[in-house]
Amino acid sequence: MGYPHPSHARETPVLSRHFGEEEARTLDGWKKRGGYQALEKALTMAPGDIVNIVKESGLRGRGGAGFPTGMKWSFMKPGDGKPHYLCCNADESEPGTFKDREVMRWTPHALIEGCAIGSYAIGAETCYIYIRGEFTEPLVVMERAVREAYDAGVIGPNAMGTGKRIDVHIHKGAGAYICGEETALMESLEGRRGNPRIKPPFPAVSGVFGQPTTINNVETLAAVPEILMKGADWYKGMCLSNPKSTGTKLYSVCGNIRRPGTYEVVMGFPFGEFLHDVCGGAIERRKLKAVIPGGASVPIQTMAEAEATLMDYEGFVAQGSMLGSGGVIVIDEKQSMVRVIARLARFFAHESCGQCTQCREGTAWTTKIVERIRDGQGTMEDLDTLLSIGENMTGTTICVLSDSCAVPVMSGIKKFRGEFEALIHGKRVHSVMTQVA
Amino acid sequence: MADVKMINLTIEGRPVSVPEGTSILEAAKRVGILIPHYCYHPGLPIAGVCRMCLVEVEKAPKLAPSCATTVAEGQIVHVHTDRTLEARKGVLEFLLINHPLDCPICDQSGECELQDYTFQEGRADSRYRDPKRFNPVEDFGGDVLYVPNRCILCTRCVRFMDDVAHDTVLNVSERGDRALIGKFEGKDMTNAWAGNVVDLCPVGALLSKDFLNKSRAWELDRTASICPSCTQGCNVMLETREGTITRIKPRTNEEVNKYFICDYGRLNYRWINRTDRAEQPQVRTDGALRSIDWDVAIHAAASLLKDSRAYVVASPYLSNETLFLLSKLMKRNGGAGAFRAATGEEVPLPGVEDLALRRDRAANVRGAELFGFTRTDRPLERLNDGDVLIVADDDLDGFSADDVSRASQVIILGTTLPAPAKDAAVLLPITNFAEEEGTFTNLRGRVQRFMQAKPAPGLARPSWLVLGDLLGALGEQDTFYLPGDVFADIAKSHSAFSALSYEKLGMRGLPVLNGDGGVKQSGAPEGLGAGAGGAR
Repeated sequence: MGYPHPSHARETPVLSRHFGEEEARTLDGWKKRGGYQALEKALTMAPGDIVNIVKESGLRGRGGAGFPTGMKWSFMKPGDGKPHYLCCNADESEPGTFKDREVMRWTPHALIEGCAIGSYAIGAETCYIYIRGEFTEPLVVMERAVREAYDAGVIGPNAMGTGKRIDVHIHKGAGAYICGEETALMESLEGRRGNPRIKPPFPAVSGVFGQPTTINNVETLAAVPEILMKGADWYKGMCLSNPKSTGTKLYSVCGNIRRPGTYEVVMGFPFGEFLHDVCGGAIERRKLKAVIPGGASVPIQTMAEAEATLMDYEGFVAQGSMLGSGGVIVIDEKQSMVRVIARLARFFAHESCGQCTQCREGTAWTTKIVERIRDGQGTMEDLDTLLSIGENMTGTTICVLSDSCAVPVMSGIKKFRGEFEALIHGKRVHSVMTQVA
Repeated sequence: MADVKMINLTIEGRPVSVPEGTSILEAAKRVGILIPHYCYHPGLPIAGVCRMCLVEVEKAPKLAPSCATTVAEGQIVHVHTDRTLEARKGVLEFLLINHPLDCPICDQSGECELQDYTFQEGRADSRYRDPKRFNPVEDFGGDVLYVPNRCILCTRCVRFMDDVAHDTVLNVSERGDRALIGKFEGKDMTNAWAGNVVDLCPVGALLSKDFLNKSRAWELDRTASICPSCTQGCNVMLETREGTITRIKPRTNEEVNKYFICDYGRLNYRWINRTDRAEQPQVRTDGALRSIDWDVAIHAAASLLKDSRAYVVASPYLSNETLFLLSKLMKRNGGAGAFRAATGEEVPLPGVEDLALRRDRAANVRGAELFGFTRTDRPLERLNDGDVLIVADDDLDGFSADDVSRASQVIILGTTLPAPAKDAAVLLPITNFAEEEGTFTNLRGRVQRFMQAKPAPGLARPSWLVLGDLLGALGEQDTFYLPGDVFADIAKSHSAFSALSYEKLGMRGLPVLNGDGGVKQSGAPEGLGAGAGGAR
């Protein structure tokens, strides 16, 4: 449902079905809504069968990369004699993204259930939920829910009375964006500075504490109980376009849109209709100009591209962007693209861990140039320099933060070059926002 | 080693075969290809952060960091393609945007990897138009000064302190472009091995306070030598300017000290530069020591030694060659020899096996023992009345003229005339280890050569030459023109040295036979020039 708005008729609320229901946060309320039946069922099954069902369902990672979840789980070799770990990435820090926050605020037990099933499926006895440091309310809700679940014996040394051990620990981050990168998350979890690790070795070989680890996004894990209860075919059936993208996806929509909120639609839903109909379209007497569809680190789409997009992993790529985290930032004609891009660049410069040369220096340099252009001090050469720096920052570093900074800048210059040139040539920009601050 | 799987690959068109698990960067070194890099160092764990060593591996979509990518069978690697050159140029530009162009006042200038690679393949100009980042210089304690503006955040220093010295002192503080090397509260770089971070730093960010503003790198002459300060026998470079030792740097030897030396050895060089030296041979005539020709002095000494028992107090700073010739003299005259060695606390470097600042603070304690000298704290105890006392490079510190007076005559073979021996009959001025060449035997029995780094003062001569002449004057037949000749004689007459020759030792040394405790003291002989490279 388009929380905090009532559900739109064209939405398909699966994960967001109980958003806004106070009672759903409690264990009893959750059980009343059919909760923990999936876990009960899972614990009677062979772990390999659960992995196969998830594989069959076509569920893919909802954190941004879209890696098939079942396949990821199958990398965890059973019986290797090592402790396995499941990490739930709840460090939702991507600008414009707040869907995991709603999952944790309203359906904490859905996540705990997903974590427990996931742990069991990959042969882990311990699951860490790494929650973003700024997420105070989700943290409080999750901690309460985990306590409830332990007290009721749903999880713990004798989960659901089956004699199987499933521990769920909550770890609060300290507010670094980079800790949402899976290897940096593991470093941070281990108590070190959150610097991404070089891959390989991949987490499935050497993850948390050097042991085989799987890292899944909140939304991914929360979808697992639903798949287990309703079946892979049901999930696979929720697909309007490319069969490689199945199920529903939560989108957090913000920016210059009439009804900002968290929406859930089936994969392959037309993006134009989503924006104009489901989310209510542009604010009165304004026109939409651009969309950043998947959190700050994906390429910016023009409205024409956005309106031609079918909302799934492949659909966004076909229209010059990426599904990413599903954090939709809508930008209308009143906004200066240069200002938007300058703000994004500053964010990445601030959040770069500073390990890799290109990222440490490139993000800061990019920010300086874009801000100079924004302030009317830019030159035409600056645009070429920006594109060249962006090239050097792409695909050359340990993690993709560097790319993430280069992407909006490069796509912004390519698609909205006129706005940059206008500022460089000293023209007043038509945006009212440029005059503020 | 028989079961190590070898991997075959091609780097820049050259076929390479290396053991499984080797990095592409190391494999490239084997065929003489240097892949530019900053954060990688063979003595430290991999960081993979400078992104300078990116290479093109065929069939891989992205450029691969060659330090962190292990070799794979059939791999085809390109180091110098348009794509990799462009990537390196990009990294160099990024590194330089905040790096001050203060090379003219930077101690690292001339031996700076940022300078070198920028000259090699960097951009001619910068496109950076904004103010550079500024942070003030910080004294890290010990001998280390940190100039953050020059820092390229390669983290070699942090990794050395954490993973090799096992002393967590340094960290990366802040993040993004605000990042800099920080020092933990209440900690400083007084660790006995901390000075190595200055060598490890590829740029001028970590400097030695001792060497600060003393010399430009290109004014220094570098001589392969052995650190004389303890029995470990670390391989070093003596770096001299105008015949004065200005600093000591480690010289790579995988078998002894890897890439490191301790601060004690590094900074203990001022005595080598002493100027209050004995410069002329002197013989006592009319109650006073008077300067005289070498020939006369040698013959004066020989006449004293003709029929008397000789008692030798030697120094463990003397070379194997000198100690051997002294032992020959002792044998000829039916005498004995003793030596003493200063001691201190043993300070190991935890991250490297069998490397420590040793208890015995002199290079050739083992050699002195091998050549029959007795170690004692009271070296004059066994001096018999009427012996001719030969004091070879011992300063007789702690003794009085009375202690010496038991000897019938005293011959000083030294760099100075020790005060208790001011009544000596003959003074033969000798060179110190930096002014001659020779070999030391370390505590594991490894024999290692050192070369002459600076000229001798006045008429001082190497002690092996002096002793050779003295033996000649006493009627011995051997003639020694070079230290290698003495070494050949050692090999002939000492079974422990029988398999060695001066040439075979090369610049990395070899263990003596039955070198007890010599666990990993082996290694193929190397050419004379092979030891010259630093740990780049």
